[in-house]
Amino acid sequence: MRLFSAFAIGLIFGLGITISGMINPAKVLNFFDIAGTWDPSLAFVMAGALAVTIPGYRLVFRRPAPAMEQGFQLPDTRVIDRRLVLGSATFGIGWGIAGFCPGGALPALGTGDPTVFLFLAALIGGLLLARVLQTRFPARKPA
Amino acid sequence: METAFTPWASLGGGALIGLAAVLLMALHGRILGATGILGGLLRFNDPSDWSLRAAIVAGMAAGPLVWLLVAGELPAIDLPVPNWAVVLGGLIVGVGVSYGGGCTSGHGVCGIARFSGRSIVATLTFMATSIATVFIIRHVMGGW
Repeated sequence: MRLFSAFAIGLIFGLGITISGMINPAKVLNFFDIAGTWDPSLAFVMAGALAVTIPGYRLVFRRPAPAMEQGFQLPDTRVIDRRLVLGSATFGIGWGIAGFCPGGALPALGTGDPTVFLFLAALIGGLLLARVLQTRFPARKPA
Repeated sequence: METAFTPWASLGGGALIGLAAVLLMALHGRILGATGILGGLLRFNDPSDWSLRAAIVAGMAAGPLVWLLVAGELPAIDLPVPNWAVVLGGLIVGVGVSYGGGCTSGHGVCGIARFSGRSIVATLTFMATSIATVFIIRHVMGGW
């Protein structure tokens, strides 16, 4: 039941990424290309998502615990530090170069497109590289 | 290359992404962040946690296939970027999201929905550097 529900939630997300057009890196890159072939669609995706999550989370957090687990797993840090800003700035540079972000690439796996595998292999390489670097410069866990 | 502006499909698809995020929190108590889910798949010390993450990712990848059944075609993936840049970009994304503690789904949707100051700063930062990067690649360097 727990795994079925996780699969179904992943599927809803994957369909959302597909229908919204965010599965296509060309569309994502055009959101960033304000001075060129601008496509504002990504802003509508964020707006649609937040219109559901803001009230939805509000309802969920009225309950003491999630339905299938002991408690909520939420990031407890509130510090806005150099690591957060430089890490996010770095992510944006990579996103602008490759056109894929992790949330777009995981559903895109289902298309079988070879460049998706290429991106995900490099992404996993980057995650592992950061893990090695972070043992030397300790960091907080990703959300 | 130009892409068509799709306000309604993007709003609707976005609402589904939001629904998935709310359900994951309501049922499993977790943030729906691709970085965190993928990062946890690269740890093998908790089989129950691992299988939950694997089921989420399998569901995500099933999205385009279910779409194929409904619409009769797979969604288009156009990547106007050479393969070496996909690899370079992937590596940079991996390092960046690790240090930044999340990506578009975790910070941009779930974090902002919780009014997390960290997520708002992260989202504004990665949007700004993505825009700057694409500007430099397309309008300063003249494209790939």
